[in-house]
Amino acid sequence: MAKQIDYERRHMPKQEPFERVKNFDEVAIGYTEELAREEAGRCLHCKKSLCREGCPVGINIPAFIECIVAGDYAAGIKKLKETNALPAVCGRVCPQEEQCELHCILGKKGGSICIGRLERFLADWEAARGKTETPAMAALNGMKIAIVGSGPAGITVANDLALLGYAVTIFEALHEAGGVLTYGIPEFRLPKAIVKREVEYVKSLGVKLYLDYIVGKTRTIDSILQEFDGVFVGAGAGLPWFMDIPGENFNGVYSANEYLTRCNLMKGYRFPAYDTPMKRPRCVAVFGGGNVAMDSARTALRLGADESHIVYRRSKEELPARAEEAENAEEEGVIFDYLTLPVRLTGDEQGWLTEIECIKMELGEPDASGRRSPIPIKGSEFKMKADAVIVAIGNSPNPLIPMSTPGLAVGKKGNIVAEEETGKTSRERIWAGGDVVTGAATVISAMGAGRRAAKSMHATLFGSK
Amino acid sequence: MYRIIERRMIVPNLHEFIVEAPEVANSIKPGNFVIVRPDETGERVPLSVADWNREAGTVTSIFMQVGASTAKLARLKPGGEIPTFAGPLGRETEIQNFGTVLCIGGCYGIGSVFPIARALKEAGNTLYTILEARSAYLLYWQEMFKPLSERVIEITRDGTSGYKGHLARLPEIIAMEKIRPDRIIVNGCTFQMMKVSQITKEMAIKTMVNMNPIMIDGTGMCGVCRLSVAGKTKFACVDGPDFDGRDVDWVEFLNRRRTYNPEEVYPLHKSGCASHY
Ligand SMILES: Cc1cc2nc3c(=O)[nH]c(=O)nc-3n(C[C@H](O)[C@H](O)[C@H](O)COP(=O)(O)OP(=O)(O)OC[C@H]3O[C@@H](n4cnc5c(N)ncnc54)[C@H](O)[C@@H]3O)c2cc1C
Ligand SMILES: Cc1cc2nc3c(=O)[nH]c(=O)nc-3n(C[C@H](O)[C@H](O)[C@H](O)COP(=O)(O)OP(=O)(O)OC[C@H]3O[C@@H](n4cnc5c(N)ncnc54)[C@H](O)[C@@H]3O)c2cc1C
Ligand code: SF4
Ligand code: SF4
Ligand code: FES
Repeated sequence: MAKQIDYERRHMPKQEPFERVKNFDEVAIGYTEELAREEAGRCLHCKKSLCREGCPVGINIPAFIECIVAGDYAAGIKKLKETNALPAVCGRVCPQEEQCELHCILGKKGGSICIGRLERFLADWEAARGKTETPAMAALNGMKIAIVGSGPAGITVANDLALLGYAVTIFEALHEAGGVLTYGIPEFRLPKAIVKREVEYVKSLGVKLYLDYIVGKTRTIDSILQEFDGVFVGAGAGLPWFMDIPGENFNGVYSANEYLTRCNLMKGYRFPAYDTPMKRPRCVAVFGGGNVAMDSARTALRLGADESHIVYRRSKEELPARAEEAENAEEEGVIFDYLTLPVRLTGDEQGWLTEIECIKMELGEPDASGRRSPIPIKGSEFKMKADAVIVAIGNSPNPLIPMSTPGLAVGKKGNIVAEEETGKTSRERIWAGGDVVTGAATVISAMGAGRRAAKSMHATLFGSK
Repeated sequence: MYRIIERRMIVPNLHEFIVEAPEVANSIKPGNFVIVRPDETGERVPLSVADWNREAGTVTSIFMQVGASTAKLARLKPGGEIPTFAGPLGRETEIQNFGTVLCIGGCYGIGSVFPIARALKEAGNTLYTILEARSAYLLYWQEMFKPLSERVIEITRDGTSGYKGHLARLPEIIAMEKIRPDRIIVNGCTFQMMKVSQITKEMAIKTMVNMNPIMIDGTGMCGVCRLSVAGKTKFACVDGPDFDGRDVDWVEFLNRRRTYNPEEVYPLHKSGCASHY
């Protein structure tokens, strides 16, 4: 008799909402061994595993799940690391419901395997064991590679090329490595100790890391190319957009980058033990509906806000944030003001924000992107009080590198132009990938781009000297 | 880590700070700034560059002790180390042969205007320098400006050296000194830069000021340093820090600079001693 199919997704234990809004500890606690094996036991180990098609780096999902079923976690983590250098990170922050889990055969009945949670389980198991196995490394081949930026894209290239025998150096502008994983995504979603561990791992492969090193300022790419054989640019999309509405320079108006950087990188939530101060506003409005907006609204609650609003111009269905995170935000008490567009900010004599003027929206016909575009409803203007606004409507790449690198082709939004399959740019010996090419995207897509670029760099450079 | 070569008070509350950072020194241009962190829990503090030595690989700044972070910097000793010294940041000051240029320095800006004056002189300008302070004992580096300038003019609030008063007397002073500047460059505290810009607004003289808003990264990533220039929002760290002061919205700028005043006072009271509250 065929085994009964189990459609019930095993939930991961979480801190209770009323508890967790008072701390910065991780919200999701992770599977116990028992839960992980139950969840892994539901996998059908499909011959033609659809789930793999949904993973941008093509992890062999049934194979690593099988290892969990067998209780051989060491083999499982090894399988994962064949294709993914950062499983502890991806297991936590990948938008799985749009990727691997979307394609899982069991998803048709709402029971797709919790692939991300299982991935995280293995990575955490390895971390708890305190011993990481280093894969086989090729002998040094005498070639030097420079990487700009230590986000997921840069770390992936560093990892792959170090294993192939290149001498790799990463140049990072900030005083900590990790990119958005360090300065953007909050501690309660991605503990910084995990990011640090991944960075240390890459360093253990012999990768050199220079912090506080702003390529384009401290030294140009052309000067770096005199010393290195190839350069990979993984500088991310760090330039914050504002709404361009009146009043955006009032005190109390932040870009999400400023707000999150103060909190995560500068540890403002621990002021005055750390010197960088953070305001503790009572009523906060976050503009936008993506992961960045959710992270900002939830951070504000943890810093003591009575009210934290997400002001989003479309409806719940269009929310670009990960479903799990929007749900977490709602549980914690974030208020969602859908179909609302801020049009003007007002302030007091000392320049402090006091009120937001908004207009209600309705959804019209689907636009070119297939999403229904919001249209203002005449006469529906209203005001809401707020002592802080966090603008989280998007980022584009920083112009520092294109400005200082003649001949490097740049697209309309300041993104570096690079071939999707190889990461090759318009300049010889310069590759690029991740958010700096695509604009703000995801951790795993940045890693995928890094992987393809590393392959192309190896194919082009190896034996060329 | 970056080694501290020198940190000494040159006049009350102003410190000369020399740090070994060869790659930064190698790329510096007049008008640039650096970001330093005094220790692992410290803020990122922007400081203008006042001089450098490419052979020795060192960078000099002059800083004023105002709050908790600059107090930490003031406690550093030669031979010690700091974790962050990033730069050079910002666009360089525009250097050309403009004809006659008047450089004005006050406070830490006496230091940061020095490399600008030097580069302008090399570019062939006729240079005048005005140094302003509350009192004569707060002036420094006069000797370094003398070989560059036609005249080094001093203004002190109490009249202990040079003209008595402050930069509000600028039109009168340049008339008396017969200076016809094609361009004025001011480095120093916000009020000085604002004052001069207000005065020159009617005089149709381009007046470049070196803006000093609150910053975090200094690379265009956070937007905290934004200000309005001729009605447009600019990021001081990447679009500046030099702007024509006549176009700056000074009221907004001063308001934004005061954002953390209540918080900044707190760490100064960290000693826990009752008499400090
Ligand atoms: C708040 C927030 C939440 C997010 N949540 C999620 C999520 O849940 N799931 C998900 O998949 N994605 C999420 N993302 C998106 C994801 O983090 C990014 O797509 C990903 O980090 C991009 O990786 P990257 O390597 O291209 O760039 P980044 O991570 O941006 O790293 C770029 C690095 O380059 C450095 N750099 C820039 N310029 C220079 C220079 N000139 N010289 C030297 N170094 C330089 C930067 O300081 C930075 O460290 C989130 C993003 C944010 C901001
Ligand atoms: C591009 C740039 C270049 C700079 N160059 C220099 C420099 O070369 N030397 C230097 O001493 N400073 C310079 N500054 C200012 C310096 O960064 C600040 O003084 C410093 O960050 C103060 O840190 P703090 O923690 O000691 O004081 P905080 O605790 O942050 O400030 C204490 C109080 O003093 C006020 N305050 C702080 N700085 C100033 C100031 N400069 N003028 C008036 N009021 C102020 C604050 O508003 C606050 O009320 C520069 C700033 C920028 C943005
Ligand atoms: S890396 Fe992301 S998309 Fe790929 S299997 Fe893991 S969670 Fe899914
Ligand atoms: S599609 Fe789902 S059930 Fe099939 S192998 Fe992948 S995870 Fe397992
Ligand atoms: S200091 Fe962050 S953008 Fe200028």
